[in-house]
Amino acid sequence: MNNQETILAKDNDGMPIVKFLREAIKPRGAIFTPFNVISVPIMLLGLGIIVVRFIKGIGAVTNLTQEVPWGLWIGFDVVTGVAFAGGAYVITFMVYILHMKKYHSIVRVTVLNGFLAYVFYAGALLLDLGRPWNVINPIIGNSFGVSSVLFLVAWHFLLYMIAMLIEFSPAIAEWIGLQRARKILSGMTLAAVIFGITLSTLHQSGLGALYLMARDKIHPLWYSEFIPVLFFVSSIFAGLSMVIFEGSISHKIFGSQISDKNHRAHDGIIHGLSKICTLTMFIYFFLQVLTFVHGKRWIYLDSPMGTWYLVEIIGFVLLPMVLFFYSYRNQNIFLIKLAAFITMVGVIINRLNVTVIGFRWDAAVHYFPSWMEIVVTLTVLFVEIWIFRWIVNRLPVLRDSPSWVNNK
Amino acid sequence: MNINRRNFLAVLGVTGVSLATGTKLQASRENENDTEFYGVLYDSTRCVGCQGCETACAEEHGLPEPDPDDMPEVGKVRKANENRRTVVNVYDTSQGEVYVKNQCMHCNQPACTSACLTRAMQKTMEGPVTWTGDKCMGCRYCMVSCPFDVPKFEYHSANPKIVKCNMCYERVVEGKLPACVENCPAEALTFGTRRELVAEAHRRISENPDVYFGEIYGETEAGGTGFLYLSPVPFKELGFNTSVQKSSYPELTKGFLYSVPTIFVLWPAALLGIQKALKNNTTQEEDHE
Repeated sequence: MNNQETILAKDNDGMPIVKFLREAIKPRGAIFTPFNVISVPIMLLGLGIIVVRFIKGIGAVTNLTQEVPWGLWIGFDVVTGVAFAGGAYVITFMVYILHMKKYHSIVRVTVLNGFLAYVFYAGALLLDLGRPWNVINPIIGNSFGVSSVLFLVAWHFLLYMIAMLIEFSPAIAEWIGLQRARKILSGMTLAAVIFGITLSTLHQSGLGALYLMARDKIHPLWYSEFIPVLFFVSSIFAGLSMVIFEGSISHKIFGSQISDKNHRAHDGIIHGLSKICTLTMFIYFFLQVLTFVHGKRWIYLDSPMGTWYLVEIIGFVLLPMVLFFYSYRNQNIFLIKLAAFITMVGVIINRLNVTVIGFRWDAAVHYFPSWMEIVVTLTVLFVEIWIFRWIVNRLPVLRDSPSWVNNK
Repeated sequence: MNINRRNFLAVLGVTGVSLATGTKLQASRENENDTEFYGVLYDSTRCVGCQGCETACAEEHGLPEPDPDDMPEVGKVRKANENRRTVVNVYDTSQGEVYVKNQCMHCNQPACTSACLTRAMQKTMEGPVTWTGDKCMGCRYCMVSCPFDVPKFEYHSANPKIVKCNMCYERVVEGKLPACVENCPAEALTFGTRRELVAEAHRRISENPDVYFGEIYGETEAGGTGFLYLSPVPFKELGFNTSVQKSSYPELTKGFLYSVPTIFVLWPAALLGIQKALKNNTTQEEDHE
């Protein structure tokens, strides 16, 4: 037990705990980078707006109306953000269930990204709640609204965050230097992964199912009973496109942390992911065509919304799908990244079409987010990136694990 | 093998828990026909647009006094909002000017209550759909779900409430009439059990087929509603949402919710199976590496 005391009092380099924490807080790298210069004022402004929101009410900062009660904060932050976080369950599925070892080096960064996305985008939900102090009600069990899709989604957010934290926890243990804890925590990974994939299947589709009861309010080109299936399938390539996008940026910004071996492997990873994107996008496109034909939707095409629908399906599903396929065949990494970018724009458009643009499309007064809603959204995004950077600069996320991990 | 078993047990536990919680998926309130919900019949042929219901409602629920200049006008759609739970509008129809009162429909199987994840919105045994502030987290999913756009939200408050007609639940349980019904001088509003009201409405239609349009709005709309409407003209002319489906709105999410326990059982088992099956194939490769 002597051993344990040393573990508790010291970190991996044998530093006392206080010194270790002080080191951890200290900023690393240049302070006046373009990103910092842009993000800090926006974040400060965003915080101010959030204060106003809690003093004067949601109406003081948003353009929400009695007819359109969910706007940008739900449609973009939560619904779109969670779709992009889908990479975590897809990659863990590939690595831990299908044993595709090739993708192991991106598991940690993807899970971290997913975890932070859930924490912040689901956290942004608290800003949108009128009575956030009651948010624990469906959790602690004094009033379970089990017939609600939102009840399912809320629970799944919570449970999935825990599952992802467990998946990521070995990296934290490695950082602090807790060898025994790391062993226990990594033993829990598979269970967390299986649980996490199950949860993801249900709440990715559940986010779509939220809108099933809004049958008369969503434009018929975007409403169908298949919204949950469409949301689930699109979360696969949405998540993977995010992985490709984030990976390309991380390899530039945090390049010094990545070992040569992983650097060289990265193009192969992107290449492999483009194949999965092609396949899932084809399934998605096929499902879209199916719902289009089943819903006899051609009568709606001859309208501005119809044109917009075609732009989404052809320009942001079919085009990137073909691009993924072409660049996969030709091993063109640049085109894959381009396809991933177009796909991401397409997913944003699709989620906003269901939740904001197509919602009450026929209303006399259209909802358009206020500048304050946009600033708060950017604030959430920037805070997330700041935390992500903080963690990547300290924990073994992109860089290799400490040497003691492999010589047990 | 040790680790495998441990993981297997972990998954088994997870499955068990989800099974236990998953099956709690509540079936909707017992057989609809056994429950005697109260409701209100509104006869627009009798309504004179005096707005007595609006005043009585505001008084009963401590809402701001209605502006006397804000009267029903043809071509102007007044809407209920966070300061008024009911409004009367007037429409120019094929049968002349017709008044329509608007408030919560008190559906038999309301979308809002099935949407509510804290049970703040509830269909009471007596029939009124009520809202409880202690439970509500202000997510506004009830507003998204309601096909009639009834629940309103106090956007300009730090402690916002959901505002909607509750059919004067506190009066109904005391055996009194809802404030609007009691204060209607034209007897356009009738309170009673829903069954009686449907019968009464059919009686009025069959006795005066020339006066009434031959349908009751709310008899089947959204699976049946507590407020029932009689009109001299097709309801479309009175600004009603006539594309409302005949079955209840919670029905729309039922399929999804019923698939949840199934997925919770099948997924972990299948995933673990795949994981184990593929592991044997890959271990050999690893050894070679």
